[in-house]
Amino acid sequence: MHLEWLRLLAPETIVVVTALIVLMADLTLFRQKPITFRAAVAGMIATLGCLIAIFWLEELSVSQKLGMLSLSPLTQMIKQAILALTIFTALISFSAKFTRHIGEYFALLLVATVGLLFLISSENLLMIFVSLELLSLSLYAMVAFNKASLASSEAALKYFLFGGMAAAFTLYGISLIYGLTGSLELPEIATKLSAQTATPALFLALVMTLIGFAFKLAAAPFHLWAPDAYQGAPTQIASFIASGSKIGSFFVLARILAVGFPQNTGSAAFCSWTSGWAPILALLAVISMLLGNIVAIMQSSVKRLLAYSAIAHGGYALLAFFGTGTRAMSALMFYVITYAITVLGAFAVVAMVENGSNREQMRDFAGLSRRAPVLSACMAVFMLSLAGIPPLAGFFGKFYVFTVALSGPQNLGLLWLVIVAISASAISLYYYLQVLKQIYVADVPAHPAPLDTNVIARGAIVVLAAAVVLMGCLPGPTLEKLATAMAKSIF
Amino acid sequence: MLAWTIYISFIGAAVLMLLPGDKPRLARRLGLLTALGGMIAGCLGVSQFSKGTPGRLDEIVNLPWIADLHIHYHLAVDGVSAVLVLLTGIAAVVGILFSWNIEHRAKEFFAMFLALIGGVYGVFLSFDLFLLFVFYEIAIIPKYFLIAIWGSTRREYGAMKLALYSFIGSAMVLIGLIAAYVVSGSHSFDLVELAKYPFPASFQNWAFPLVFIGFAILAGLWPFHTWAPTGHVAAPTAASMLLAGVVMKLGAYGAMRVAMILFPLGLQTWQNTIALLAVIGIVYGAMVALVQRDFKFVIGYSSVSHMGFVLLGLMTLTQVGISGAILQMFSHGIIAGLLFGVVGRMVYDRTHTRDLVQLQPMNLSKLLPFAAVTFVIGGAASMGLPGFSGFIAELQVVEGAWVAFPIFTVAAGLGIILGVAYTLRVMIKAFFLQNEPIHATDAAPHHFVPITLPERLGALVLLAATLVIGLYPRLLMDLIVPAVNSPLFSRMLKGGVS
Amino acid sequence: MNLLTILTLIPLIGGAAVLSLKADQKDLARRLGLAISLIALGMAAFLWFQFNPSPGTNGFAFEERADWLPSLGIEYRLGVDGLGLLMVCLSALLVPFSMLASWKIDQNPKLYFGLLLFLEAGLFGTFTALNFFHWFIFWELSLIPAFFLIKIWGGPNRTQAAYQFFVYTLVGSVAMLLSFLAINVATGINSPAHIFDFRALAELAGNHKLEPIIAKLGIFKNPSTTMTVLFAGVFLGFAVKVPLIPFHTWLPSAYSEAPTGTSMMLTGAMSKMGVYGFLRILLPIFPEQTRAMLTPLLWMAVATIVFSAAAAFAQKDLKRMVAYSSINHLGYCMLGIFATVQLTGSQMNGPLEKEAALNGVILQMFNHGLTAAALFYFVGLIEQRSGGLRGLNDFGGLRKPAPVFCGLMGITLFASLGLPGLNGFIGEFLIFKGAFSLAPGPAAVSTIGLLVTAIFLLTLLQKVFSGPLRSEWSGWRDLTAGERLTVVPMIALMFVLGLYPQLALGVINPTVVEMVKQMSF
Repeated sequence: MHLEWLRLLAPETIVVVTALIVLMADLTLFRQKPITFRAAVAGMIATLGCLIAIFWLEELSVSQKLGMLSLSPLTQMIKQAILALTIFTALISFSAKFTRHIGEYFALLLVATVGLLFLISSENLLMIFVSLELLSLSLYAMVAFNKASLASSEAALKYFLFGGMAAAFTLYGISLIYGLTGSLELPEIATKLSAQTATPALFLALVMTLIGFAFKLAAAPFHLWAPDAYQGAPTQIASFIASGSKIGSFFVLARILAVGFPQNTGSAAFCSWTSGWAPILALLAVISMLLGNIVAIMQSSVKRLLAYSAIAHGGYALLAFFGTGTRAMSALMFYVITYAITVLGAFAVVAMVENGSNREQMRDFAGLSRRAPVLSACMAVFMLSLAGIPPLAGFFGKFYVFTVALSGPQNLGLLWLVIVAISASAISLYYYLQVLKQIYVADVPAHPAPLDTNVIARGAIVVLAAAVVLMGCLPGPTLEKLATAMAKSIF
Repeated sequence: MLAWTIYISFIGAAVLMLLPGDKPRLARRLGLLTALGGMIAGCLGVSQFSKGTPGRLDEIVNLPWIADLHIHYHLAVDGVSAVLVLLTGIAAVVGILFSWNIEHRAKEFFAMFLALIGGVYGVFLSFDLFLLFVFYEIAIIPKYFLIAIWGSTRREYGAMKLALYSFIGSAMVLIGLIAAYVVSGSHSFDLVELAKYPFPASFQNWAFPLVFIGFAILAGLWPFHTWAPTGHVAAPTAASMLLAGVVMKLGAYGAMRVAMILFPLGLQTWQNTIALLAVIGIVYGAMVALVQRDFKFVIGYSSVSHMGFVLLGLMTLTQVGISGAILQMFSHGIIAGLLFGVVGRMVYDRTHTRDLVQLQPMNLSKLLPFAAVTFVIGGAASMGLPGFSGFIAELQVVEGAWVAFPIFTVAAGLGIILGVAYTLRVMIKAFFLQNEPIHATDAAPHHFVPITLPERLGALVLLAATLVIGLYPRLLMDLIVPAVNSPLFSRMLKGGVS
Repeated sequence: MNLLTILTLIPLIGGAAVLSLKADQKDLARRLGLAISLIALGMAAFLWFQFNPSPGTNGFAFEERADWLPSLGIEYRLGVDGLGLLMVCLSALLVPFSMLASWKIDQNPKLYFGLLLFLEAGLFGTFTALNFFHWFIFWELSLIPAFFLIKIWGGPNRTQAAYQFFVYTLVGSVAMLLSFLAINVATGINSPAHIFDFRALAELAGNHKLEPIIAKLGIFKNPSTTMTVLFAGVFLGFAVKVPLIPFHTWLPSAYSEAPTGTSMMLTGAMSKMGVYGFLRILLPIFPEQTRAMLTPLLWMAVATIVFSAAAAFAQKDLKRMVAYSSINHLGYCMLGIFATVQLTGSQMNGPLEKEAALNGVILQMFNHGLTAAALFYFVGLIEQRSGGLRGLNDFGGLRKPAPVFCGLMGITLFASLGLPGLNGFIGEFLIFKGAFSLAPGPAAVSTIGLLVTAIFLLTLLQKVFSGPLRSEWSGWRDLTAGERLTVVPMIALMFVLGLYPQLALGVINPTVVEMVKQMSF
């Protein structure tokens, strides 16, 4: 029995053990070695651990409840995706120059990953909260990792304060829900709720929980920490916040709402709103899309720009919640995963350009295409994918999400939302093109700052770009995989 | 065979992109080779197509692509596509010939150019609307870079404006497409399938204008045309040739192929309004062209005017009008390409000015006689003088208009007359001295590089095309007319009743 | 044998050949151009002698026919009757004349001669085509060379003049085009075939079938209103070309700014395109509309005659004077044409009068082409010799230094004012003969025009050639041998036609009889 449990939880265990190994090895064996070497070794170990976890997950094909956890092929697939993203984050951290505490850095990264893995598995509100906190605490520390930078500390503090507030909201919501239903298990909550009429207290609980998650997702108007955190944090960390942690948060939010509150959807259809979580999400989505895109236009820092674009993308992704059935989930996951890959790649390119300095303004990218054509091409792929230009993954993701949102129970009632989304995405092309304009159109400055030339990081970027192109051109296999995973899940 | 037009172009673009170092000579040769390959594949494909029963739809490839959403990789060809594929082939080859002097980042230029061409071929051959949309958007980005990197006057502004207009247009299209897909039960994106679905009239009434205008923005529909002049002016020669020659056709083609065919009832509701916009475009474009100082702006606005004929022809909802509109797409593609070639390549690259006031004293008809002759013939074609392709096309549009909107024919006539006026004006100002004594100018202060062989070749190809089609329009009409009589179109003409 | 096709192709290919010469082969260009125009003339003459329409063809010969774009009723269709043939011959005759007159042009002669040949091709095409599309190609094609001939080689105001000429004519053409498109599309509604063929349309009109067809367009409630609008469009196209007052404003500046050789072509041949259009197209296709508008049309012709004569009288510039007199002469043609449209009721307005008038019209077209071209030639010579001066009062007494010049120009002037024995007389006589009985009022008023014409032409003769010789012109050269050679054939032809009009009338008359038969309805 316990062995079986260990088998099922082996991936998480492996990652935890890897984290410990990284920490220990760095502390004991390589203390005196040059930083790049240490980073390489630590990164290798982390990568290896995650790889093993991924393959373990591949073997593991179960749908089963496990105490507070609930495993299914779907969660396994999402976990694989998260592990893969962790690997890429590790790879682009090979040339990290912002800290001397290499071991701690990679260990924290892995711990955050563990938090995510548990988050994905949990179907219990308390477990969700705990794993969320595990994730968040690691991230707070990582944001502050660049001790030489004031901005980094400021960002961490901001992130921490907002995160704490969000946690408070979530916890308050959870406690209310528990009070109303006497349960923390999502399926049970659903059954209990279906038996009783919706009360204002329930909606208060829902609103609270959602606000908590809105903080996590950086959905406007609860986004205020995001730009500073993204900009202040070391770029590799920012990329992880924007990618891996996003996947986890979206997945768990979807799970809470779909499994725990299927009856309380409400409606956000045009001119016929009814109470439930749908209108709240609709509101969040609209504000995020508009605000994110419009404010992004004014940014001169590429990282801040990506932060606002992340807010906007959060808004698009929320549209998937209005669909029904496995298709909606599949659309959401496809969207979030592709987005994570893309944004990770984009941050990675930024990291290469700033190369340890804080020079990640638009003008620092001037003429990049002449200096590093491959890197530039990858950045073009990422930017255009974020803008939603076919045949890149971002386009199909958006397309799928919008289609799903429209084919939901409200039918064309949500058209207004789709119209807002598509219009906002049309605006977004402007600022993505601004970045590309610097890269391709502007001339190379007289004395450009040197680029990071780490081969592994570059290789990782190329792989990410290739994935974006591939998933855009041939989304079929991924969708199929999602569909089969979903079909076998109890979810 | 026709599918290879797409693949060849994209492969060419990729190869150029991956070419190490910057070798302009190699790049342009490779570019030309690719474009020629695409054109030959297009010609062969069309000639195969035209041998079969007229009016049919030839499947090229139909594979499931995204099975989950019933999206297919579906390429096919009918007469309309065939004509536009030919146009694209010619425009691609000539565009590269007219870009022979590009030295700055040449390989990127030709790669972008070919990527654009590939996208355009794709749009013309796609019969799955998702696929069509994908190709349609693929064409946007290379346009931006072509203008922003290699353009001239206010290139970044023009490029961005164009990109945003295109993208907003395609956003509108996307909304309409998704809505149509969902309403029809999410079964298929296939054009032929969707066209059979009876969308409710209330739905069509808002979906039609959305999709139509979304596409027509790119076709220069007034008042959404403002990207066109600035874009054309900012673009490098080859890009403005493609913009006016092919990209504007994308818009018109999409408006016809998607909006009109899917939403015949909406079409009937909006027919008059859009025809009115088209007519305003014809007259307005021509009037504005009449007062421009910049040589390229004249041609830019003339494109708006000529595309007005395309849209008017489409709106007549008569077989003859629509045939005329399609022929006009071809014809304007050729003629605008020619004029932009003269303005941008032959004149601007040598004189470095497009200001008519500065050009006039140069007496270019003496210094660049080939350019002058080409422009005169191209101008005559642009005016719609008989014997050139523009005439037979506009003639049919007007015939259609007589049936549908007799009043607008007068406006169309006015547009033709204004067209003559501004073309003559610009011809005189750009190439001929104003009433100065004939012999006083023999000692010309300017010396320009003579017109090169690629330029001559390019101009001759276009001249030949417009003349051949003008004198023997059957070459294309035999493709167009059966296509317009095919079930797909006749259903549209009958308001959705097949 | 596609004789007419060959006829049109000769100048077209020849023009291209001339253009392909090198810029410095000036003499070669001139000679080659002339040779080609002479070949074309020979071809025209050959046609003239071969012309023998077989019965049942409505007087048309050398017909050719091929499919072009059947879906729109566009055919390649050629043929000439007496009218067409005469116009072809006139054009063929004028081109070498004009080339000789332009021999001295030194600026890019190959382009000049090439353009002249293209113009000739346009004229041939216009006069032989029987399908609107085909005809319209050539109708417009002729504009382009004319435009450049004025624009490049013209006088000080050439740009303005060329622009005006082109745009005015084109406005008319577009109006005409729109009308024809309406007809074409109407014929295609609920019927398998669009019709662009002139004779087929004329036949429909003759059988009163055209109006019901046009009614299908449903533009106006009353189909006859639609027909009137369409008629107005076509009318405008031709009226600008002829021109009829008040559509004439482009003409004086175009004629006076154009180089001599071009003025000759403009007035001699191109203005005939308009008259030809009235005869071949407007009247047969819109008989009822013409008739309904007859009174204004007749008075328009009268106004053309009288006002242009008066305007010519008021001119101080020789070239402008001749230009206005040209309008005046074409006014007679228009008078004759409109007069024949009159319904034949009484015995007096019989077909005979109509035949006379139409014979006169066609003959006048030919004669005017000849005479006006010669007049422009002489004015051009004066201008050349005086170094650009051509005011009426700049000269005097030229008779003394240049008697031959004076004599020959005098003959031309008399031919122009219609002295019996010269060609001008018989045409005008026939016109008035018919017009007086068909439309006595207008005809009577028109005689004022005759009178004024006589006055100003004689004034010209007197002011330029008589009186005291001014000192600066004492060295005035008489006609050189070359010039004589150029003009003498023309003048000879004036005598021949004046004395033996049957030469032309023999060809014209069968056509006219055919036309009148059609018009009696």
